[in-house]
Amino acid sequence: MDSQLTAWALAAAQALLFIAAAPLLAGWLQRVKCHMQNRAAPTVWQPYRNLSKLLRKRMLLAQNASWLFRAVPYIVFGAMLLAAAVVPLIAVRLPSAAIADMIVLVGFFALARFFTALAGLDIGTAFGGMGASREMMVSALAEPAMLMAVFTLSMTASTTNLSVATGYILEAGLVLRPSFLFALLALAMVAVAESSRVPVDNPATHLELTMLHEAMILEYGGRHLALIEWASQIKLMIYAVLIVDFFFPWGIATGFGAKALAVGVMAVAAKLMLLAVLLVVWETVLAKMRLFRVPQFLGFSFMLSLLAMLTHVVLETGG
Amino acid sequence: MSATDGTPLLLAYAAVACTLLSGVVSLFALRRYPGFLHFGSFLFLFFSGAASIAAGGWTLLANLTVNDRLGFGLPWLAWHVRIDPLSGFFLVLLGTLLVAISLYGPSYTREFARGPAAQPLPPLGVFTALFVIGMQGLLIADDALLFMIFWELMSLSGYFLVVYQHQHAANRHAAFIYLLLAHVGALVILLSFGVLAAFGGGLTFDAMRAARLTPLWATIAFGCAFAGFGIKSGMVPLHVWLPDAHPVAPSHISALMSGAMIKMGIYGIVRLSYDLIGDVRWEWGVVVLIIGTASSVLGVLYALMQHDLKRLLAYHSIENIGIILMGLGLSMIFLGSGHRMLGTLGLVAALYHTLNHALFKGLLFLGAGSVLYRTHARDLDQMGGLIHRMPVTAFLFLIGCVAISALPPFNGFVSEWLTFQTALQAPALTNGLLRTMIPIAAALLALTGALAAACFVKAFGIAFLGKPRTRRVARAREVPAGMQGGMGLLALLCLLLGVLPTTVIEAMAPITQLLVHAALPSAAAQGWLWLTPISPTVASYSAPFVVAAIVVVFGLGYLFLKRGAVPARRAYAWDCGFGHLTQRMQYTSTAFSQPIRRVFAGVWKVDEHIDTLADAGPVPRVTSLHYSVHTHDWSWLWCYVPIGRMVLAAANRIGFIQTGNIHTYLKFSFVTLLAFLWIVS
Repeated sequence: MDSQLTAWALAAAQALLFIAAAPLLAGWLQRVKCHMQNRAAPTVWQPYRNLSKLLRKRMLLAQNASWLFRAVPYIVFGAMLLAAAVVPLIAVRLPSAAIADMIVLVGFFALARFFTALAGLDIGTAFGGMGASREMMVSALAEPAMLMAVFTLSMTASTTNLSVATGYILEAGLVLRPSFLFALLALAMVAVAESSRVPVDNPATHLELTMLHEAMILEYGGRHLALIEWASQIKLMIYAVLIVDFFFPWGIATGFGAKALAVGVMAVAAKLMLLAVLLVVWETVLAKMRLFRVPQFLGFSFMLSLLAMLTHVVLETGG
Repeated sequence: MSATDGTPLLLAYAAVACTLLSGVVSLFALRRYPGFLHFGSFLFLFFSGAASIAAGGWTLLANLTVNDRLGFGLPWLAWHVRIDPLSGFFLVLLGTLLVAISLYGPSYTREFARGPAAQPLPPLGVFTALFVIGMQGLLIADDALLFMIFWELMSLSGYFLVVYQHQHAANRHAAFIYLLLAHVGALVILLSFGVLAAFGGGLTFDAMRAARLTPLWATIAFGCAFAGFGIKSGMVPLHVWLPDAHPVAPSHISALMSGAMIKMGIYGIVRLSYDLIGDVRWEWGVVVLIIGTASSVLGVLYALMQHDLKRLLAYHSIENIGIILMGLGLSMIFLGSGHRMLGTLGLVAALYHTLNHALFKGLLFLGAGSVLYRTHARDLDQMGGLIHRMPVTAFLFLIGCVAISALPPFNGFVSEWLTFQTALQAPALTNGLLRTMIPIAAALLALTGALAAACFVKAFGIAFLGKPRTRRVARAREVPAGMQGGMGLLALLCLLLGVLPTTVIEAMAPITQLLVHAALPSAAAQGWLWLTPISPTVASYSAPFVVAAIVVVFGLGYLFLKRGAVPARRAYAWDCGFGHLTQRMQYTSTAFSQPIRRVFAGVWKVDEHIDTLADAGPVPRVTSLHYSVHTHDWSWLWCYVPIGRMVLAAANRIGFIQTGNIHTYLKFSFVTLLAFLWIVS
């Protein structure tokens, strides 16, 4: 019973660490990006400053805003908090992973997106409608690709539980599976699309022609905006951690000892920093796509995940 | 039939009797006494619903099977009646909807008592009662004759309900198509029963259960039953009647049709293939899975293009029937391949989704009816901003939208999750093709879920959010308490079934015991908090945690952010500095679905017209612009129009015998008579 309690406490601590570290990842990303593009860079703590400024600001609501508009930031943040709680960050075999498996995780993302899109329509401006409509189109194409990639992994590990799957890959050691390679590429492309990065979306602009996610939340301010921004930072980090967990889990703690946990923290921090650098290179090299090129991008991602599935069935199960 | 064991069946008889009384009472609802319909008829319908729930719930929870013989009908063909956990489950489903619409109906039908939409009231009450009796009766029928009698009663009275507002030509057309396909369906079902009766040597279901069919005949019987019941359920490509018929009926009837009637098709498929035929083959599962996948994807894609709220909901019924069929197909594949536990899981997923769909689709149709009741608008592009004028309806409708979009923690998510879990067990199969096909079907299910979410963002967002687009909508009021109560009941059940899936699955164990002689012992092995359908290490989900976490976030947000903060200031929305945002600048439903229309072009036949009027002058300037878009159903254009044309052509060919000359006709009669005499002798 006591060890159960420790495990739950550790799970809660991990979730808190996760949401506390998410702005840091965003800050790091911003800093590397500035360096890469020869701009003066803010400190890595800048996102925290932004959040605390927004949290303290007085709220401004559009005249037509309904109760739903005010409830959405909390729902979105709650969904992301739950999602963060089930993803193994520094240790596997934590009990919180049983709350939701990979499919439910995708469901949490869908829940957050559903309500964000509704908030976009609530004010009754064309911006919000445009953002909502485009975001739902992109997600409709991204979700099957993501689930297909996730299915490949879960069929290999014969589980959809994130912690168990990560543990399986850890134990299996370094095995070169072609299906994993395809799934990694597919998942990375979906992650880029779903966390509103270039070339699908550009989080840095407010121009109507480029924006999807930003258009939906244009009317938000103050603490609502803080919650939504924080939630999207958490979402980006979840995708990064998922990629790390599935494909490069080495270093994650399997026991609850202090040393193992410290190694786990160091390992995941290093891997996330590296992944962020890769994302920055990707974002710097590529340009934003036209909206109707996005289906091709996501279609390619779906093809890759389909290929992953087929190679898994044909090559790796001996059927 | 002993006293205690027979009670559920007596309750079921009581339910049928109450429905009958409800029909009789509404006969008196002439123009001057509408109260007979509003109060009397719906009161009896309420009792009937409560009795159905009691009968079904009792049978299900106590795992009973009660048989009875009634001496009605032809002297040598007594009516066989039986209530077992499967029929009990569907009785609970039907009863819940009946209770909800009996709360909702009294206020809603006021519209037909007077005013511009006035209609004679007795037909509505009488045919509603007959319609419900048909459903209740076919659930407890235990021989093919009785089943078909009640099936036809349901189909025929459904026709009169669809055509209730017969002044509109569209309604009459919809009703005709409905009647036509209902009869084709009934004919095919009859063929299926014919095969079973021939092998079993009798019309009773007991004889059919005992029959040993050869695989070929079993497949023929299954194929006929699947096609016939599939027409009633609205599976693609036999769905064309559904999106026309469901929206034009009064809304509480639409709820009953989409919620309960099309589920009778599912009941028929399950009853025939699992119970009467018995030996489920995996090849059938493949067919069911493919048709289910096609129905779900096409259903949701067609739904996305609709701007009539009720029609949109009707297309979603096709999508959800597809999801149910996917569960059934997976179940058949696994059962036919000898994986009994996984087959059970698929069956549970399908039945769970059947119940869920009844609840949230009932809720959504009642919500659409509430909007219709107050605004007389069915077109989404005339609505907008109703969340301010009808807050309760908006909240309840939102719950329905979240549930049908398969988002946690509501009930639609649980059943889709179970379907996904079943599909992910595909590696257990030895057939490589199936192992590949099933995950692809699962990916298409994911596509369906995402598109459904897009569609309900559109439906809720355009109708309830933003600014009102017409004056009538701007002046809408909240609906009466009874209507709110009916919707509230269903919304509450949507949440409960989403949060307590383990309890529901445990309650469904007798059904799977009856049909496949297995249950899911591991589903609730970790306590009510954890749903673990296969084993805790394979997959788990805990909906109460999800609800708790969202509540905690709201609580913390209130404590630390809202309390003590300066109250929010209201300001104009951002208008890019141009000023004067009007309601016409909002996205419409057509605009909302435009990206998807473009990405999936080819799924529909899209007729898009842009008419511009330009000023003649040195600088051409567009003075007026008219945009229209129509999407047509390919299955209608490819299947039904050619068939209709062939029937007409054949009729023209035979037409030459119609000379209009009485002598010729007498000659025909004489020759026919001779031919019969020759056959007889």
